[in-house]
Amino acid sequence: MIRVWRPFAVLLGLMLAWQLLVWATDAPRYILPGPLSVATAFQTHAASLLHHASVTLAEIALGWLLGALLGALAALSLAAARGLRPWLLPLLIASQAIPVFAIAPLLVLWLGYGMASKVAMATLIIFFPVTASFFDGLRRCEAGWLDLAKTMGASPWRRLRLIQIPAALPALGSGLRVATAVAPIGAVVGEWVGSSAGLGYLMLHANGRLQIDLVFAALFVLAIIAVFLYTLVDKSLRALLSWHEETA
Amino acid sequence: MTPASPPALRLRNARLAFEGKLLFDALDLDLNPGKITCLLGPSGVGKSSLLRLIAGLDAAASGEVTDGAGKPLSGRFSYMAQQDLLLPWLTALDNVLIGARLRGNLGESDRARALGLLERVGLAAAADQRPAALSGGMRQRVALARTLFEDRALVLMDEPFSALDAITRFQLQGLAANLLSGRSVLLVTHDPLEALRLGHRILVLSGRPAEIEEAAVPAGEPPHRPDDPKVMALQAALLERLAKAKERSL
Repeated sequence: MIRVWRPFAVLLGLMLAWQLLVWATDAPRYILPGPLSVATAFQTHAASLLHHASVTLAEIALGWLLGALLGALAALSLAAARGLRPWLLPLLIASQAIPVFAIAPLLVLWLGYGMASKVAMATLIIFFPVTASFFDGLRRCEAGWLDLAKTMGASPWRRLRLIQIPAALPALGSGLRVATAVAPIGAVVGEWVGSSAGLGYLMLHANGRLQIDLVFAALFVLAIIAVFLYTLVDKSLRALLSWHEETA
Repeated sequence: MTPASPPALRLRNARLAFEGKLLFDALDLDLNPGKITCLLGPSGVGKSSLLRLIAGLDAAASGEVTDGAGKPLSGRFSYMAQQDLLLPWLTALDNVLIGARLRGNLGESDRARALGLLERVGLAAAADQRPAALSGGMRQRVALARTLFEDRALVLMDEPFSALDAITRFQLQGLAANLLSGRSVLLVTHDPLEALRLGHRILVLSGRPAEIEEAAVPAGEPPHRPDDPKVMALQAALLERLAKAKERSL
């Protein structure tokens, strides 16, 4: 029972602390709005919030799919073609060393103010954790299984498909969890730099007009999206990789 | 199910150097067709390496491995290791079938044959269970069924029972001896009693570089009873011999 209401209790406590802080500091609404005015902002801007949230959600989802797909493909090619490693690995690491913030303006310049530049940003931020963890999983395959496959006369492709890939799926799962957690960052950073829609855009504009209550409301929606997506991915992975939960 | 004419294995000129030391050199070995040959020796002498060389799994070792007719062995033996090597995401049945899947030649009758083998190792009821739900002994029985599913005349076994507790090991030895009868088996073990129970022939690998010597086996068809006085007497002699071999291999 306690597990069910604990998150609500924590939330309620935070709200209370927040309200107390507002009272204590006597901060004006355009600096720190209280929970009640944020709730009012939710009500008055509901349609707008929903619209911008759907844009951001679509960017995150598309970026996630694309990043996961490209990351998995990169890991597979790294595992399959040893000769590729010295060429690809430094490139991968360099791509990760460049802060997304630094290339966000470039992506907006090249791909425009629309969704494409944000999807590209989310893809870019997701790509690396997925590649790194899946490749690691593929490389760490139990040597005994590979020996067995060899004595059984397996072709390299079937060995990859029937042993190495399934064995590496838990590692891919960890990569996807990280990807889910960081994907909203990519999308919102993109919106921040230049966009015409999305929660980042909404927050930037509300901030400029000192509608801090709306900024908070948008932040809440973003947090809800992030938690929802993480829970969805985590639960799906647990269900799909039940064999790994059993052995872990 | 029983192979028509099992090929004997011929190993010539086996050689393995490890960290500057010569484990074995110019080593020859012939395997009797249709019989269980046990290869005994102190740990670290190179028993497993020799078996892996024959199985084509040891890239560092060299040697000429053929069947009796001088043809290469590849794809004509099955291999069983100390670990069960079951794939945790597959059921027991699918683990038995993995060889056919890996070769891409899974046929209509294979499922029934795999189920039959699981039944023969006493695991018909566990066919749909994943390895995590099975005990160590059950898992190794699935591995035995998987080895038998390959249906090869030659079976290479690398300490297949040594990770099991004494009772389970004893039961599995008897089961394996029955199910493997008629096939040519090379079984690597460090347990003299196991060799005496199962072997038609016992070879002792010792020294550095190691050499192969014959050891006496009890009369009659294996599996032998461990309380057979002849087995017990031979076990004492074999233990002493292995203790000396261990000194020589240091």
